Amino acid sequence: MTASVETNGDFKENLGFRQKLGRFFNVLLLICTLVGLVVLTVLLVDVALEGGSWIRLQLFTNYHSRFPEKAGMKSGIVGSLILIGLTGLFSFPIGVGAAIYLEEYAPKNWLTNFINININNLSGVPSIVYGMLGLTVFGRMFGLFEPDSWLVKVFNIPVTTGMQGGWQFDLFGIPGLAIQLPFGRSLVAGAMTMTLLILPVVIIASREAIRAVPPSIREAAYGLGATRWQTVSTQVLPVAVPGILTGMILALSRAVGETAPLLIMGAFTYVPFLPESVWDQFTTMPIQIYNWITLPQEDYRIHLAAAGIIVLLAVLLSLNTIAVYLRNKFQVKW
Amino acid sequence: MQEVKRVSVREIIAERKSKKKLFGLFKLSRGKSVWENVIAVGLFACSVFTILVTLGIIITLFSETINFFSRPEVNLWDFLTGTNWRPLSSNPSPENFGVRPLIRGTLMIAFISGAVALPIGLGSAIYLSEYASEEVRKVLKPALEVLAGIPTVVYGYFAISFITPLLQRVLEDGLGIDVSFFNALSASVVVGVMIIPMVASISEDAMRAVPSSLREGAYALGATKFEVATKVVVPAALSGIIAAFILAISRAIGETMAVMIAAGATPRMTLNPLESVQTMTSFIVQVSFGDAPSGSINGQAIYAVGATLFVITFLMNIISDIVLRRFREVYE
Repeated sequence: MTASVETNGDFKENLGFRQKLGRFFNVLLLICTLVGLVVLTVLLVDVALEGGSWIRLQLFTNYHSRFPEKAGMKSGIVGSLILIGLTGLFSFPIGVGAAIYLEEYAPKNWLTNFINININNLSGVPSIVYGMLGLTVFGRMFGLFEPDSWLVKVFNIPVTTGMQGGWQFDLFGIPGLAIQLPFGRSLVAGAMTMTLLILPVVIIASREAIRAVPPSIREAAYGLGATRWQTVSTQVLPVAVPGILTGMILALSRAVGETAPLLIMGAFTYVPFLPESVWDQFTTMPIQIYNWITLPQEDYRIHLAAAGIIVLLAVLLSLNTIAVYLRNKFQVKW
Repeated sequence: MQEVKRVSVREIIAERKSKKKLFGLFKLSRGKSVWENVIAVGLFACSVFTILVTLGIIITLFSETINFFSRPEVNLWDFLTGTNWRPLSSNPSPENFGVRPLIRGTLMIAFISGAVALPIGLGSAIYLSEYASEEVRKVLKPALEVLAGIPTVVYGYFAISFITPLLQRVLEDGLGIDVSFFNALSASVVVGVMIIPMVASISEDAMRAVPSSLREGAYALGATKFEVATKVVVPAALSGIIAAFILAISRAIGETMAVMIAAGATPRMTLNPLESVQTMTSFIVQVSFGDAPSGSINGQAIYAVGATLFVITFLMNIISDIVLRRFREVYE
């Protein structure tokens, strides 16, 4: 029982059809949303079926082997863990520092604006470009430590050639505090590259965490005569830390899954030893998985690779669980 | 006895002005401890570091690119227009260094993955923003975002272990169409799935930013939910949706591992997605993997290709930023 509406000739009420169309659209949209989830489920089931029975102790205790039954990814697991540890160590101070500056210190001027645009842009740069940057700046250091470079000639630096060539010296003469230039294919070079890669993510996440602290807290601190840094360090940061750490862990979990930049840097697919120092060569889980995928035998290509993926996804899942736990446990509601 | 230094007000103002000129970037202030200022400078340095990263990328890519083009074996014109990419050929010459096959491969994968991801992502965004109840949304949205967190090497594995065999079964066995083991379609499908969350979440943010008064106004005029979603909300959020599309395509262009694993490494000028192609990214990895010496022609070619890739994605990011800022419908 609808009241008749006076309309001009163009308008057809036709409510029945319009509502049918709406219902059809609703179903269509639901299907769209479910497509992603169905693919995700299929992917996980596929990986679990192919690799589930290949999850064995050898996977964690052995290095890559010519026999699929004996092959493991010990060096990859250890390499990945050290790599994200170092990456966290490098990216935390820079990322949080930049976030504090942009949220608490930065005046509104062209430079701040430029820094903001720049960070947004950096987050859109393909990861492979970071790999090339890392290779050139950290891995080779622009060839400055090759025997025929001007730097070596001018300062008469004792360089060696070969795989691990370059300039090795003990920092301040302290044995054990060795430095190797250029960084080559070492963990340090990989971690620094990863730092640049995740820096925009860390900064954006940290800024959000800092912004979530209400201004009244700051005003109260200023009102009591605190300086800017006192306000930030004693009032803002302690409250923002859980949020910052959550963002940090999520950024690191992105670094764990990255493969291309490290391949560019020349990370090895076959590393039958554990790194003894941060200057050693390394491999990571995704690189090991990639290596297995490219081998012709089905045992490697399909089964062992899937088993490796299960381990990788398990690590990612635990990192994400920690992040969610931190957020829920320590988040302050205002 | 403390010595009192007499200074005129004018001197103080002059000094402050000169300080402000020098350090207009922070509020360096007299009377505060040195520590305060050291920290301010340190924090400022952290954020300037991000500019250095960009500069580093530009210098790295373009200095080697210039070295590449100053070689007699290559020239810029043939690089941009040539249709043969044979960098490993025994006689390096301009006709073997045409980047178009790599760009064609890259764009083909980007377009097909866009064709997969844009409608599905937009559909998901409309559903999550307009149709789903708060409880449903709380479950679906994080689940969708898991897709974005899966490493790309895993997508590559999924492509060759599931999608490619599926394509072969359906197209080759069913319809008799040749499908090579490495093919662009399989790579495009997984890259498409990978960028769905990006399209969905940015578009959804844009739609949720549309004020509810617009929806209510449309309902009051007798519009159905479908009409409100498609004729009011989507047009109002269009700038955000287009920005999401551009960003997602840019992401697909820069994607490496999945494409490398699934699409192979055959640079060719083809429009057939069932053949193996090579993208810019997979060429870069292929050469680095082969450990080309830094001064060699291939060692420099990756920088030229990398610079091309960087310029394309950089322009797309800038355009999406402009679309988002300039064409945003501002309410209230």
